[in-house]
Amino acid sequence: MNRLGGIFWGLVFLAVPVLGVAVFAVAPAINVWLPKDISAHGYQIDSLFYFILALTGVVFIATELLLFWFIWKYDAARGERKATYIQGSHTLEVVWTIIPAATLLFLAIYQMNAWANVKMRRPDMPPTVEVVARQFEWRLRYPGRDGVLGTADDLHLVNDLHLPVDEEILVQLKSMDVLHSFFLPNLRIKQDAVPGMKIPVWFRATETGGFDIVCAELCGWGHYKMKGRITFVSRPEFDAWLDRKYSEQEATQPVAEAVGEMAVR
Amino acid sequence: MSTVTAPVSTEHGHPPASQHSVSTFLSTYVFSKDHKVIGLQFLFSTLLWFLIGGLLALAVRWQVAWPWSDVPVVGKLFAQQGGQMSPEFYTMLFTMHATVMIFLVIIPILAGAFGNFLIPLMIGADDMAFPTLNMLSYWFMWPAFIAFGASFFVEGGAASSGWTSYPPLSTNVASSPGSGWGQTLWLIGLTFVGVSSMLGSVNYMTTIILMRAPGMTMFRLPMTIWAMFITAVLQAFALPVLTAAGFMQMSDRMFSTGFFTPENNIVNNAVAGPGGGQPLLWQHLFWFYSHPAVYIMILPAMGMVSDILTCFARKPLFGYRPMVYSIAGIAGLGFIVWGHHMFMSGMNPALGITFMVSTMMIALPSAVKTFNWLGTVWGGRIQFTTAMLFALSFVSMFIIGGLSGIFMAATPVDIFIHDTYFIVAHFHYVLFAGTAMGVWAAIYFWFPKMFGRTMNEFWGKVHFFLTFVFLNGTFFTMHILGAVGFPRRLADAYHYETFHHLQPMNAFMTYCAIGMVASQIIFAVNFFWSMFYGPVAGRNPWNANGLEWTAPSPPGHGNFDVQPVVYRGPYEYSVPGVEKDHLMQTDPPNAAAAAAAASAH
Ligand code: HEM
Ligand SMILES: [Cu+2]
Ligand SMILES: [Cu+2]
Repeated sequence: MNRLGGIFWGLVFLAVPVLGVAVFAVAPAINVWLPKDISAHGYQIDSLFYFILALTGVVFIATELLLFWFIWKYDAARGERKATYIQGSHTLEVVWTIIPAATLLFLAIYQMNAWANVKMRRPDMPPTVEVVARQFEWRLRYPGRDGVLGTADDLHLVNDLHLPVDEEILVQLKSMDVLHSFFLPNLRIKQDAVPGMKIPVWFRATETGGFDIVCAELCGWGHYKMKGRITFVSRPEFDAWLDRKYSEQEATQPVAEAVGEMAVR
Repeated sequence: MSTVTAPVSTEHGHPPASQHSVSTFLSTYVFSKDHKVIGLQFLFSTLLWFLIGGLLALAVRWQVAWPWSDVPVVGKLFAQQGGQMSPEFYTMLFTMHATVMIFLVIIPILAGAFGNFLIPLMIGADDMAFPTLNMLSYWFMWPAFIAFGASFFVEGGAASSGWTSYPPLSTNVASSPGSGWGQTLWLIGLTFVGVSSMLGSVNYMTTIILMRAPGMTMFRLPMTIWAMFITAVLQAFALPVLTAAGFMQMSDRMFSTGFFTPENNIVNNAVAGPGGGQPLLWQHLFWFYSHPAVYIMILPAMGMVSDILTCFARKPLFGYRPMVYSIAGIAGLGFIVWGHHMFMSGMNPALGITFMVSTMMIALPSAVKTFNWLGTVWGGRIQFTTAMLFALSFVSMFIIGGLSGIFMAATPVDIFIHDTYFIVAHFHYVLFAGTAMGVWAAIYFWFPKMFGRTMNEFWGKVHFFLTFVFLNGTFFTMHILGAVGFPRRLADAYHYETFHHLQPMNAFMTYCAIGMVASQIIFAVNFFWSMFYGPVAGRNPWNANGLEWTAPSPPGHGNFDVQPVVYRGPYEYSVPGVEKDHLMQTDPPNAAAAAAAASAH
């Protein structure tokens, strides 16, 4: 290994961009890639991801290839040439400061709209459902027949969130105990639940089906099993489901008791 | 003076004669005030913790790859669970892995080991400005070693709320068993590490400002010293905030103050704390330190890599001043980007935008540095020593870690990848593939100065090759795992529909991680063997330019046999018209002129 020169080490460093690109090329094919997006806003996040991937990909390949090329070419073993005595280049410094600066600034401004859509332009509507995180479950509260949260007729459920498809949903997110994070991989939604705060989360699903609710913020030993399901159904199905759950609740407990159940207001 | 062989000679005038008589093994090797001995004490301690941290990582990887399967070797420890790891133990493992690696390995090996050993030698001083403080900075690490180490054995076990220790999980015992004594010890340990860092940083700043050899102007300093200097400034300004926050958390836990606990906080069906606090406050204070700390964890490595690259490319550093300014830029901007760790935290999303813009901008000086490293290698005469290979790999890997930072800085993308393995990939590319590789470069490079012998180059390259291959096998795949949304810190994620197919990939990564840790056996053997049996190195085995290479190897007490006088910058390699391919910082100008004249004939 001592006599291995620039040729061998050059190839080792060349493997970085080659295999690096290969991993990203193969990943979608073996399904180790962005999960299916069923949200109305998700394409903005995904396209930004692809845009940054392309941008950083070009920089990655270019810089790693340059490094490989220099290692290969400027191996001391290739002749008794002296190294070039050069202390820098003002022009180059300016070029490689201005171009990345402009690119980064563009990226910063370009993405603001997507961020505002997901986190700042809260729809003007009452919450569809309240999600209260606690160790280690998702407590759900629907407004019930009066359509108002926090009244005696609220519907209480755990971990099994049903919502209508193709409608704007506003979740009111809370936590009872420690930090949690409400992560919906298929809806490109993530928001920490913070005790003492009511945080609005909104989205619109474009497809029906059942998907994971993941807790993404460490919340204790049971963090790994803090799993919920989010199911999107058509409006009529949703109303029917709500009715059924509501009658089940009324059958098992009188409305007054449900009030006592409300742990956090 | 080339006859000096003992690591530390007490025959050098000072310490004064009165102390000389009591100079014993204890005062020479244990309670030494010699910066080199202190540096080596830091080096040995941190390498030992590196091993412990690495084993903790393997245990984490074991659980992620094969959840709830019998743990090999240490399974006996989990006899009550039938050889399986419990989920609470898993949370302790990743908490303490990160804690050990950050606070007991990376920070002290850079500033404590290399900062101590190199600063006086590279600026031409006989020691640090405050040798006693310096000694204390090492000994204040011991309470931390003990606190972190002991925390595994107290009731409830070690801290288990992540290295970030977010309250209320960290402040409320009812929420997590590790939030009892384990967390208290964690806070105590953290405080002592902070005291140690602060003593070091005061010393480094003073030494670099006041004790440079004649002729060593600020702009003749090697990049290592610039990086250490700016790191010390970062430490001094950021650390007090963490220390204060630590005390507040301690007070929340011990005196129920409620800085971080909100009203009506109900944990495990019992009301917790008096309320009136804000969990996000901790996050702001913590990251106000810990973002600058990520630069504390890489700037010195960047400096050392710059020096090693120039030496083995036999070329001046490309763009010395831009390199200095970009380090300063990183440090300055580093104070206004902490919110990028909190994009999803519930912090005002409008504030998120400002942090997004500043974070985008901090990628700029990193990019400038990368281009200048490439410029340094370009047109060089590269010698493929082990140190050089590690230094080149630092550049190659930092590119990956820097670029992944841009994904996370983009707030909309961060919505999806925050708290996934994408983040884990990012910080292992900057911290392991970056800093740790830079540290190995530095060990192979300065080992001759530390011990007077060179490490074995053949086994050094084997070590490099295996580490390089396995580290990429372990960490590169984390990017695409993160693209699926695979969350970090989960003891078992395969019961989720979204993640159930990812176990084989995780098993592959664990195999690579085992290979990576096993490769370090080669390093350890080479290190200790070379200390005693390696080929004896002269003063300047690499034909480098810095002042440290004019001192004996290893330097005696007081470092230099003649006071070095500096005539030039540190990167005068391959100067045209000069026959030698390097001019040391101490080579006087007329000697260069004479050499030029000689070669002209
Ligand atoms: C190119 C410059 C960089 C940018 C733009 C950048 C950006 C970011 C962002 C936005 C995050 C938060 C991601 C999240 O949690 O969602 C992050 C996390 C992190 N970064 Fe960087 N980063 C850069 C360089 C570095 C460097 C040089 C280091 C260390 C030497 C570093 C160490 C870390 C660590 C340790 C974390 C994770 C902390 C944790 O959550 O446990 N980063 N980075
Ligand atoms: Cu959780
Ligand atoms: Cu940061």
